[in-house]
Amino acid sequence: MASAFSATAKFAQPLPLNTTSSARSQDKLSPPALFDPFRTSSSAATSPFLGSTRQLLCKSNRPLSHRRSSSSSAVVAVSDVKQKKPKSSSNLLITKEEGLELYEDMVLGRSFEDMCAQMYYRGKMFGFVHLYNGQEAVSTGFIKLLTKEDSVVSTYRDHVHALSKGVPARAVMSELFGKTTGCCRGQGGSMHMFSKEHNVLGGFAFIGEGIPVATGAAFTSKYKREVLKEPNSDHVTLAFFGDGTCNNGQFFECLNMAALWKLPIVFVVENNLWAIGMSHLRATSDPQIYKKGPAFGMPGVHVDGMDVLKVREVAKEAIGRARRGEGPTLVECETYRFRGHSLADPDELRDPAEKAHYAARDPISQLKTYMFENNLVNESELKAIDKKIDELVEEAVEFADESPVPDRSQLLENVFADPKGFGIGPDGRYRCEDPKFTQGTAQV
Amino acid sequence: MATVFQGLGATAAITAAANPLDSNKLLLSSRRSFPGKKTSLVVVRCDGSLNLNTGSSAGARRLDQLVTNAVATKADAAAASSASKPGHELLLFEALREGLEEEMDRDNRVCVMGEDVGHYGGSYKVTRGLADKFGDLRVLDTPIAENAFTGMGIGAAMTGLRPIVEGMNMGFLLLAFNQISNNCGMLHYTSGGQFTIPIVIRGPGGVGRQLGAEHSQRLESYFQSIPGIQMVACSTPYNAKGLMKAAIRSENPVILFEHVLLYNLKERIPDEEYICNLEEAEMVRPGEHITILTYSRMRYHVMQAAKTLVNKGYDPEVIDIRSLKPFDLHTIGNSVKKTHRVLIVEECMRTGGIGASLTAAINENFIDYLDAPIMCLSSQDVPTPYAGTLEEFTIVQPAQIVTAVEQLCQ
Repeated sequence: MASAFSATAKFAQPLPLNTTSSARSQDKLSPPALFDPFRTSSSAATSPFLGSTRQLLCKSNRPLSHRRSSSSSAVVAVSDVKQKKPKSSSNLLITKEEGLELYEDMVLGRSFEDMCAQMYYRGKMFGFVHLYNGQEAVSTGFIKLLTKEDSVVSTYRDHVHALSKGVPARAVMSELFGKTTGCCRGQGGSMHMFSKEHNVLGGFAFIGEGIPVATGAAFTSKYKREVLKEPNSDHVTLAFFGDGTCNNGQFFECLNMAALWKLPIVFVVENNLWAIGMSHLRATSDPQIYKKGPAFGMPGVHVDGMDVLKVREVAKEAIGRARRGEGPTLVECETYRFRGHSLADPDELRDPAEKAHYAARDPISQLKTYMFENNLVNESELKAIDKKIDELVEEAVEFADESPVPDRSQLLENVFADPKGFGIGPDGRYRCEDPKFTQGTAQV
Repeated sequence: MATVFQGLGATAAITAAANPLDSNKLLLSSRRSFPGKKTSLVVVRCDGSLNLNTGSSAGARRLDQLVTNAVATKADAAAASSASKPGHELLLFEALREGLEEEMDRDNRVCVMGEDVGHYGGSYKVTRGLADKFGDLRVLDTPIAENAFTGMGIGAAMTGLRPIVEGMNMGFLLLAFNQISNNCGMLHYTSGGQFTIPIVIRGPGGVGRQLGAEHSQRLESYFQSIPGIQMVACSTPYNAKGLMKAAIRSENPVILFEHVLLYNLKERIPDEEYICNLEEAEMVRPGEHITILTYSRMRYHVMQAAKTLVNKGYDPEVIDIRSLKPFDLHTIGNSVKKTHRVLIVEECMRTGGIGASLTAAINENFIDYLDAPIMCLSSQDVPTPYAGTLEEFTIVQPAQIVTAVEQLCQ
């Protein structure tokens, strides 16, 4: 179990319970917490108050990579491993088909989100819309390895998770437009993407809210196997959330419970370094999130979240662990969102140099480069996919435009699964038996 | 034994176990017959249906089905030894357990999760023995993380299980408010009806015996605004078992409020299976002069006050509303139309409690039938003090109920 990870990414293993001095020595490999990312940078002025993150990030650019090169530990980053590999087809990480699938999924995510921005500014959708541009590698890298019965739980930045899981683009776009043909009948909106068919369990507006729900879905999977004795119940749940959530109590409570009961879940942290305007480094005492896994008894892995192939390798192992019943894994994906937190965010706080740095690591470009360099595909094949996706997204917008808005009669329909819950009216009948109930004009 | 009352103003008698609810003796087993009145007694269960001679009465009850002078029995026959009566006697917490166990036997997707529910058997013994019978995964001992394990229950409910989440004390569920409000209540709606959440959240609340402010909370007032949930409060072993079973079978999320001081109530309940309707109120004592609406422990304070009131010549109609959300406006309305006076007795705080909502609902719907403004007796807006004397002053006592009725019926 340990070996599968250590070759691919920065990896922290949970310590055995009776280690004492060995724990100390292991700590030396991972440097002390608080100010480490800045200390290693030669020019970083390490004032105790973190102050302007602009300065700090510029000076200690990619702090984690600096530390990687100076570290004497055995763990290495995925990129180092990859570069050492000879470029022969037998050593490639993906086949052509897989490559095309990954490419298509990421382009779908990117085009869809770009279209969302356009539609938002044209007044077709409202409220809080959080776009995923730049983070596609995480969604594609993980979700494309799942089966239809596996579950995905996300946050408010959930459009692309839903798309990767298989929810049709037209259903998501309709939901954003607030139409009845949306995946949630227009009742959820951007932050509440659900699909029973594709096992997308949300879509949550408050951060951290979805992690216990994901833990519950994983619990069901284990329950079905062990109590209901369903032989093929090895479904895995993925919980996606951000760096800001990793300071929230629900995160830690669920890490504990998942490890305690060895639930088939993978906790995927999309560390894009920013929680709206709060830099991860200003909010977190120990910014290295993956190290928090071992504290609860599960492996913690850090991976370059801008590279879909690296993410995919780590995901294979983590999902495999869960499926085999070996328990949860905490995967921290270092990624970045190219746009603001939401379409309402002016995004003035982030340093343009930082943005440029990550824009150069655009996951779609990186995959393209990889596939060309390894002669997996040619230009025209990718262009065909681009065109196909463009048409798909256009069609989704058309579909959403032409779909009807919800009728008044829809107002009360889904409040209760059993509408008797509305109670008994003064006339002795259940309120839901009132003909005006379905018209949405009944008094409840 | 079942609640016994006479159609024409008898006393209500409830037996309870050694642990009294109140320092005043609430209960008695004697029955009096009024001179000049027919000594006809009807042994009626709390839900208004007739005794077991007529067979089981699962859930079905309406005021009009109540027969007030059916069986004429001798007074002492009703107090005969329990051995000859059908049904079995148990305490309220055992009734809850019985209901829970029956449902877990019936459907193996039903599971329990909470703190100390497994090996410890539940801090109020509601789940005692269940972990041995059903295993540690079906009766799950959770770490102390209410928000997370309530959310876990919700996720499990969404994916096919039917969990019951126990809050060791209802007050602890304040930590799970995020999950209960946002996910439990709303996910069925925000998912466009795709996911159902057949979860039951239960636990003891209410003012106990000098438990201090934080362990004496009434959360029904905080949860009542959450759309998409139902709230019920049990008050007798009969309705505890019935409501537990109904809540588990319901496809809606249900919050079942129990009371710390009622767990040792003893009652004789039927052997055969029954459930209580989640949305219906319970007629405790029919009357003519005034409608008293109450729930949970205050029911017993009301019934004690009723004894005094009857001696003074009043005839109160006592309804245990049971369903805190939604209100059973049919039973309540029929009563208001008959008596034209309403007194609400509750344990919630004065501000924003169930009584406040109920007052508004009755005013909205039945204003034409009221001869007097609705009076609502609630607890003081005070953190429940530790000192026993002060604690007594925060909640409604029978004497206050008597005074209120006298005032309303002038």
